[in-house]
Amino acid sequence: MIKTLLAEVKQYKKASFLTPAFMLLEVIVEMLIPRLMARIVDDGIGKGSMQAILINGAAMLALALGGLFAGFMGGKYGALASAGLAKNLREAMFKRIQTFSFENIDHFSTASLVTRMTTDVTTLQNAYQIVLRMGMRAPASLVVAMIMAFSISPRLALIYLAVVFILGGALFLVAYSVHKIFEKIFREYDNMNENVQENVTGIRVVKAYVREAYERSGFAKTSMELMKKFLHAESILALNGPMMLFSAYGSMMLISWFGAHMIIQNELTTGNLMSLMTYCMNILMSLMMLSMAFVLITMSSASIERISAVLTEEPTITNPAEPVTTVRDGSICFDHVSFSYDGNSKEHVLTDINFAIRSGEMIGIIGSTGSAKTSLVNLISRLYDVSEGTIYVGGRDVREYDLVTLRDEVSHVLQKNVLFSGTIYENLRWGDPDATEAECRRACRLACADEFIERFPEGYETYIEQGGTNVSGGQRQRLCIARALLKKPKILILDDSTSAVDTATDAKIRKAFREEIPETTKLIIAQRIASVQDADRIIVMDEGRISGIGTHAQLMESNEIYRDVYESQTGGGSGDFDEAKMSVEQPLGEEAKHGLYRKGGA
Amino acid sequence: MPRVQPRPLKKEDLKKNAAAMKRLFRFLFSHFGFHLIVVAVCIVISVLANTRGTLFLQTLIDDYIQPMIGSKDPDYLPLALAIGKMAAIYGAGILAMLAQNLIMARVTQGTLDLLRRAMFDHMEGLPIRYFDTHPHGDIMSLYTNDIDTLRQMVSQSLPQFLNSLITIVTVLICMIRLSLPLTFVTLFMVFVMMTATKKIAGRSGKYYMAQQKDIASVNSHIEEMMNGQKVIKVFNHEPQSVKEFLARNDRLFDSAYHANKYANVLAPVNAQLGNASFVLSAVIGGLLAIFTGNLSLGALASFLNFNRSFTMPINQVSQQLNFIVMAMAGADRIFTLLDEKQEPDDGYVTLVNATVDENGEVTEVEERTGTWAWKHYHKADNTTTYKLQEGQVVYDGVDFGYNEDKQVLFDISLQAQPGQKIAFVGATGAGKTTIINLINRFYDIEDGKIRIDGINVNKIKKADLRRSMGLVLQDTHLFTGTVADNIRFGKLDASDEEVRKAAKLANADGFIRRLPQGYDTMLTGNGTNLSQGQRQLLAIARAAIYDPPVLVLDEATSSIDTRTEKLVQEGLDALMKGRTSFVIAHRLSTIRNADCIMVMDQGRIIESGNHDDLMAQRGKYYQLYTGKVVNA
Repeated sequence: MIKTLLAEVKQYKKASFLTPAFMLLEVIVEMLIPRLMARIVDDGIGKGSMQAILINGAAMLALALGGLFAGFMGGKYGALASAGLAKNLREAMFKRIQTFSFENIDHFSTASLVTRMTTDVTTLQNAYQIVLRMGMRAPASLVVAMIMAFSISPRLALIYLAVVFILGGALFLVAYSVHKIFEKIFREYDNMNENVQENVTGIRVVKAYVREAYERSGFAKTSMELMKKFLHAESILALNGPMMLFSAYGSMMLISWFGAHMIIQNELTTGNLMSLMTYCMNILMSLMMLSMAFVLITMSSASIERISAVLTEEPTITNPAEPVTTVRDGSICFDHVSFSYDGNSKEHVLTDINFAIRSGEMIGIIGSTGSAKTSLVNLISRLYDVSEGTIYVGGRDVREYDLVTLRDEVSHVLQKNVLFSGTIYENLRWGDPDATEAECRRACRLACADEFIERFPEGYETYIEQGGTNVSGGQRQRLCIARALLKKPKILILDDSTSAVDTATDAKIRKAFREEIPETTKLIIAQRIASVQDADRIIVMDEGRISGIGTHAQLMESNEIYRDVYESQTGGGSGDFDEAKMSVEQPLGEEAKHGLYRKGGA
Repeated sequence: MPRVQPRPLKKEDLKKNAAAMKRLFRFLFSHFGFHLIVVAVCIVISVLANTRGTLFLQTLIDDYIQPMIGSKDPDYLPLALAIGKMAAIYGAGILAMLAQNLIMARVTQGTLDLLRRAMFDHMEGLPIRYFDTHPHGDIMSLYTNDIDTLRQMVSQSLPQFLNSLITIVTVLICMIRLSLPLTFVTLFMVFVMMTATKKIAGRSGKYYMAQQKDIASVNSHIEEMMNGQKVIKVFNHEPQSVKEFLARNDRLFDSAYHANKYANVLAPVNAQLGNASFVLSAVIGGLLAIFTGNLSLGALASFLNFNRSFTMPINQVSQQLNFIVMAMAGADRIFTLLDEKQEPDDGYVTLVNATVDENGEVTEVEERTGTWAWKHYHKADNTTTYKLQEGQVVYDGVDFGYNEDKQVLFDISLQAQPGQKIAFVGATGAGKTTIINLINRFYDIEDGKIRIDGINVNKIKKADLRRSMGLVLQDTHLFTGTVADNIRFGKLDASDEEVRKAAKLANADGFIRRLPQGYDTMLTGNGTNLSQGQRQLLAIARAAIYDPPVLVLDEATSSIDTRTEKLVQEGLDALMKGRTSFVIAHRLSTIRNADCIMVMDQGRIIESGNHDDLMAQRGKYYQLYTGKVVNA
């Protein structure tokens, strides 16, 4: 797991090695300085030699300059390596996600992908920097200080060795048990988050049912539970400082006692005694840092897992080894096709689908919610792969085509469609980056989008907000159709793409299709029977199977489901009110705009 | 790589943040004043113990070791006693530190808990408008990210700050007592360190600001692209999307790198300046000791130790600077929420239990009778009248806009008699949802009047007003808890029997019983383990147990497939019986039997009447219903 992430260090390898190297240099300088200090005290002050003070002082200043340089470089490279790793991780994840199939995308929720690329990466960036800077510094400083202490007086240094083991063990125990509690705290945090989210998104229900007081007391409980767990963890962490202090004071007293004996017996100088005291603090501080780094790393392990899950996710749909890069025509053939979203599941969403469509036909698809209309068309451009059987486009198995070629030739207007922030031209050119303004206008004319675009003060240069929130639902649908038309595809799929467009315009769009792009095969999924009535043939779907195929007249004769739907929609029984017919297109009302934030809870 | 021009730190931002910090401290002291005083005492003890320890080195060398050097038969007893005395002092220091840590943990967590609850309490009272205009992610981040910055600050930076301050003061006193000239030398070096810190921290602060902005830019690109990922695939748009991402990612890298670089450099710079300070003190101290002789060897050694203890806390405080800046911004955001204006509630008419005698006289009673009355106190003549709650709703010339520059509703007038069903039809954005959001005062109207049972809704206490109407929305919102808990949301003290009755009325009993734990099945994440239809049935049961005289249904059945819809529709029909209902729907069957249908267009009611009337009018409704265009 960690290996996957470390592979992304790439061009920052140098910085990643230099950081600990410079930190090591800084540590050595830091360790040498107390020795010089001891000399200043012993040889200079003790013996009254100004020369010794000046020489050692100058040496110390030189070392300090070296330390400054090492510290500066260490800091710089540490920042470079960690910020660089973060950049590479975001880039790798973003690129990886671009290779994902729809199935992969369904696997991760959008919100979780966003958190993984932001919060989790930041957590890791900090952890990496700490590892690079402290990971070397702390143990090195520990070892060097220990060596220095031993070189001054092996007997006294033994005291440190004992303290290091005892304190090290104790600090590890604290870090370990706190880590366990922190895992619980994270779960409690999730609970609290959910509690807040429910109240933010469901605030209308809370207010309508006058449940503010009830929710407040519920949240108070959650918040207090979180506090209790945190207190528990922090009470254990509170031991760290006193334990450190105990070890520090303890060893200082021991050293004072034994050191005094040694000085009196001329085995030690007072300056050396002072140096030993400094090393004592160095050793204990590095132990402290190590235990802190340990806690931090364990805390970031969840982020590591979540990032590597994205990086190691295998795209379920890939290009074939020798892809075909031309599509002959727009004919489609389903041959014993079955499909389930979960590959292993026995329960099929589509079962044994067989039909053939000639190039240039206009096909309507109708059926109740959940009858797998969308699943059916998603298979054509390999948004998902079939579980059984074969789909042929232009006479070849879709799995033989180059994916880019296939998706360029099969233009798909999705049910849940999205416009992106940018001008109308920029959005349209998703279909064809090189499209001229005239081509863009033509596509809009076909999609009946020209009339409202031209009414905008800035026309085709109108800026579309993120998600296309500043145009109405019907306008958005027509822009999406125009965008798909610019691809000049051999097959055009409209998945419920005119549901918010009024019937007259809807008919106009279909008429334009028929007259202007007769070569293109058109598949139109609709709820309204009027939208498919005049198609060459209509496919009626029912619970993942084809219930009937034929013209309107044939189906009225032979297909009960079709007849039912027709009657319910035209006979005034229990059909839908056709909202789109109700009013001329207008920019989305304030109430819908206000609703914008309601969905963004996660 | 594009060079980032960091946004200059804005003065007014800092001022606002500083004000928030002040307020946080006031909050801390008002709730944990005693704790904080004890902590301060503990810090003083541990600092004194520590300082005494540094001084001990001098006494150790000057008073105990030096006299014994050369002595043939050294007497170690005084030394042992001195060390024993030190052990006691150190012990006190250790205990003080332990106490300080434990108390600070309490203060920190207690403060966070209080703030979280204060935020939540306040949030629950905010008007709907607040939730409309603030991204939900931002609101939630207050409870986690911003609170967490305070945790760092209160638990670490604050005691560190106090500790450093006390250390600086005590060490300064000790240093002055040892040697005044050397103290000046040290102070001069401290001044140099502070100047350097200010310079470097300022630099890193600027880049941190730039980093925040770049993070937001990367975030919004990721968010937009992830939301449109399927469209990207369909259009083979991956390369372009990656290209734009890389540009933003590079900018973020640049600012993150510089921000961290300057932050990292601060510590070594100060550490080496500290070393320089040591050398300078040693040289000047040496000169003083050797040439003037009014500085003892031990005193100089001690002074040099103090020199270290003096620069260390300054170093430590500078390390905390980034935390403090972040906490200041976090505190500012938290207090901004706490300062948001609460939903006004100046109503005084309340809803009370009542009985009606044969003469139609309404009397207020304590116990629950199932009959409710509006208790209306008239200030003018100091009388109280009771009006039976029946569910008559009247709109009279209502105008409304979500903001001042755009009016959404124009001159809306309508009357709903008790038990009547009023339906609204019209295009998205015609103002249907807006109209019904006004009855229970989710928003307040600008002009006109809305009356319920003849009383202006503005005069009714909001809780009581909302108590009198049930709401079922298209997006069901369920809460973490059992199925029964969720139904009980409508009536907290409902018995199991009542819960079941409500579920039966809503046609929900059947599916609930088939759930693994029946009514005790836990629901999480807005009931993701249920289908949309099942969730809707629960929402209806919740409204049923609430038993309100007025019912508001906003597209309650629109996202449900036809088979389930029949079930839901039956539940709704049962619920609507005998209640005044406002219904937004686009199923003909739901609308056709309404007592009055309002056809809305661009914020106005353009036609109204029952189905037959409207059909006879041959207007917009006729056109919608038949699909035929009428030549007007």
